[in-house]
Amino acid sequence: MSVNFSLDYFALFGLPRRFDIDEAELDRAWHALQAEVHPDRHVHLPGSERHRAMRGALRVNEAYATLKKPLSRARYLLDLAGVDADEIDNVAMASGFLIEQMEWREAVEEARAFGDVDALEQLALRLRMRVDEVTTLLAEQFDSRENREAAADTVRRLMFLDRLRCDIDDGLAALDD
Amino acid sequence: MTLLQIAEPGMSAAPHQHRLAAGIDLGTTNSLVATVKNGIAVCLSDEEGRALMPSIVHYRGDGGLDAGHAALGARVADPRNTIVSVKRFMGRGFADVAHIETMPYVFEETPGMLRLRTVQGSKSPVEISAEILRALRLRAEASLGGELAGAVITVPAYFDDAQRQATRDAARLAGLHVLRLLNEPTAAAVAYGLDNAVEGVYAVYDLGGGTFDLSILKLTRGVFEVLATNGDAALGGDDFDHRLYCWALDQARIAPPSAEDTRRLQMKAREVKELLSMSEEAPFRLRLGPGVSVDLTVSRAAFSEMTKPLVQKTLVPIRRALRDAGLSVRDIKGVVMVGGATRMPHIQRAVAAFFGQEPLTNLDPDKVVALGAAMQANVLAGNRKPGDGGWLLLDVIPLSLGLETMGGLSEKIVPRNATLPVARAQEFTTYKDGQTAMAFHVVQGERELVADCRSLARFELRGIPPMAAGAARIRVTFQVDADGLLSVSARETGTGVEASILVNPSYGLADSEIADMLRAGFERAGEDLAARNLREQQVEAGRLLEAVAQALAVDGGLLDAPERAAIDAAMARLRGLIDSPGDAPALAGGIAALARATEEFAARRMDRSIRAALAGQKIGEL
Ligand SMILES: Nc1ncnc2c1ncn2[C@@H]1O[C@H](COP(=O)(O)OP(=O)(O)O)[C@@H](O)[C@H]1O
Ligand SMILES: [Mg+2]
Repeated sequence: MSVNFSLDYFALFGLPRRFDIDEAELDRAWHALQAEVHPDRHVHLPGSERHRAMRGALRVNEAYATLKKPLSRARYLLDLAGVDADEIDNVAMASGFLIEQMEWREAVEEARAFGDVDALEQLALRLRMRVDEVTTLLAEQFDSRENREAAADTVRRLMFLDRLRCDIDDGLAALDD
Repeated sequence: MTLLQIAEPGMSAAPHQHRLAAGIDLGTTNSLVATVKNGIAVCLSDEEGRALMPSIVHYRGDGGLDAGHAALGARVADPRNTIVSVKRFMGRGFADVAHIETMPYVFEETPGMLRLRTVQGSKSPVEISAEILRALRLRAEASLGGELAGAVITVPAYFDDAQRQATRDAARLAGLHVLRLLNEPTAAAVAYGLDNAVEGVYAVYDLGGGTFDLSILKLTRGVFEVLATNGDAALGGDDFDHRLYCWALDQARIAPPSAEDTRRLQMKAREVKELLSMSEEAPFRLRLGPGVSVDLTVSRAAFSEMTKPLVQKTLVPIRRALRDAGLSVRDIKGVVMVGGATRMPHIQRAVAAFFGQEPLTNLDPDKVVALGAAMQANVLAGNRKPGDGGWLLLDVIPLSLGLETMGGLSEKIVPRNATLPVARAQEFTTYKDGQTAMAFHVVQGERELVADCRSLARFELRGIPPMAAGAARIRVTFQVDADGLLSVSARETGTGVEASILVNPSYGLADSEIADMLRAGFERAGEDLAARNLREQQVEAGRLLEAVAQALAVDGGLLDAPERAAIDAAMARLRGLIDSPGDAPALAGGIAALARATEEFAARRMDRSIRAALAGQKIGEL
């Protein structure tokens, strides 16, 4: 195998298995690995070896895409620990968060309905701050307290916030033209 | 080649042996070919010193054909058989092309990609583009004094899979070995970034004759990473001409013009548009059919006003790309302007206003794409000097790939702006007992409804082992390679049975059609297809032998004696096959045998280089 498929994504990039990672380090390791396996480096290989390099390049990109974003990184950490974030049901979630969800939804839907670009951008900004808070909490839960149950709950919140961001972006994209 | 490149990717096997490689900018309006000579990228000119070749093909009544400058005169004299801006038709159906009613061609409303009826019969846009590429290949080979080992062809970043596939097919028909399809803004960034040794986040604004691209790239230590790309594959200088053309028709109050007059008016519109980049006012004066003439004057301000919606239209992709990259205009260190249409002052003003900085116009907007492509072709062909770490291009897929699901919805499988190459797998199951086949519809685009996306292909999986309904687990893998081209594979995970896939491209040519066109092309050129195949195999075999020898010299120590003996034997056999005037299949067999014999060796070498990369030994070289 060109890239050791038995390694987890963190090990592949030579990073410690943590939520809080050094993003610059991740980028550097990604570039260094792609410099070896990228198809551009193997244009003249016979088919079988181009495929080998291609499998490596695909794996490296998949690993990078997973670790780069906090949400997919967190889900991957849960995966490695054998916890499925999707299985935790909504009922168990704090009612405070459910109310917050509804408020966000309403605000986004209203801004979209009125075609209010400023309001959507304002919401996007607020959302970014909220996501930062939640990711900080996640780092604590994963890395210092090592409380995976709590982390799984926080991941669910982050999933919701991520969907909200997609909605806001879609709303803004629709108002672009 | 093989093993060698693993040790020193892209480094030349024998330093003195330079492989002829070219970068080709296949433009809507103009095409160019460039190469790296003595370490410097240069555009290759024709005998009259012209680098730009008009992307025009004239099918003559006498069976002959003109491409480029030679076809210019026929635009008015024989509009029906003189094809301009054929790039707009690549991978597109009749219903997709804007302003098709003002075009002087006879279209055939075939399903899938449209076709044109010419005096020489029915022509696909792929065949017409191939004529332009062929002319450029001949120019390069005459100028460089030998056959090209390979070429990098540029495409708009926002081209979808069908348009890319059509371009690749055209190159094949033109007798080119395609090293890579390279996105135009990325090629421009390579030329600009390497020339100016810049670092940071840059935007490339590329407005050509028929396409608009906006790419955001991060340049760090020899890595060109595309963060996001967006654009409009049907927006360019041609649309500005069209506005002016409609305005002139309206002002002059003339009846719908003939095909010849339409051409005249369109050419005049382009001329006036270009003049207005230099002066405040330009005459729109033209004598048409008997007794009809146009005598108008256009001011820059009026032109700018009538084309404002087009300028605004280019700002939409910028906003989207910024949003996808998670950046704001303040994060953009510079804006590189590419494409002839960026010479329009109101474009430059709009871009400056949007980004809050003057765009970078200190490079030749016509040539920079071809130059970047030539630099990349040079590296891919293996012409790097020892010790030159080269650079790395990490590009993205411009539009999401989706699968049609119940209710005509598209379920996204690969998101836009994913770094290439990328693969995503999806699992499906059968819904009937004993079901052995399954159909998929793959689309590209961001919209929710399949009907609003581009249909790419319908796939049919066959050979699924018969099982009870719901028992089969079919894992379908969608893979997009570095050219941005999709391939699909499938297997039943329980039994490991590989399902065969029947691909029906919605807007592409079937392999059999390409094969027929290839054969016809060779016949016309008086070449023998079999002889050419054999020659290619011989070159390939030579390369492989050279690479293995080089790798053994450096890393022979990774092998024990029996392993070494097996490789030596396979090399000797292949050498024998090259020397004896044999047939292509035997030679192909020998190549495959040597590749197999060295597989484990290659794996060990690559493992080692990966470990070295992780240990940080190679990072400094980037
Ligand atoms: N001075 C100019 N002012 C305005 N438009 C120009 C000028 N020079 C070239 N163009 C336009 O640029 C377009 C061609 O640009 P080019 O980069 O060659 O396109 P492509 O890559 O699509 O072939 C044409 O629409 C042409 O009219
Ligand atoms: Mg161009």
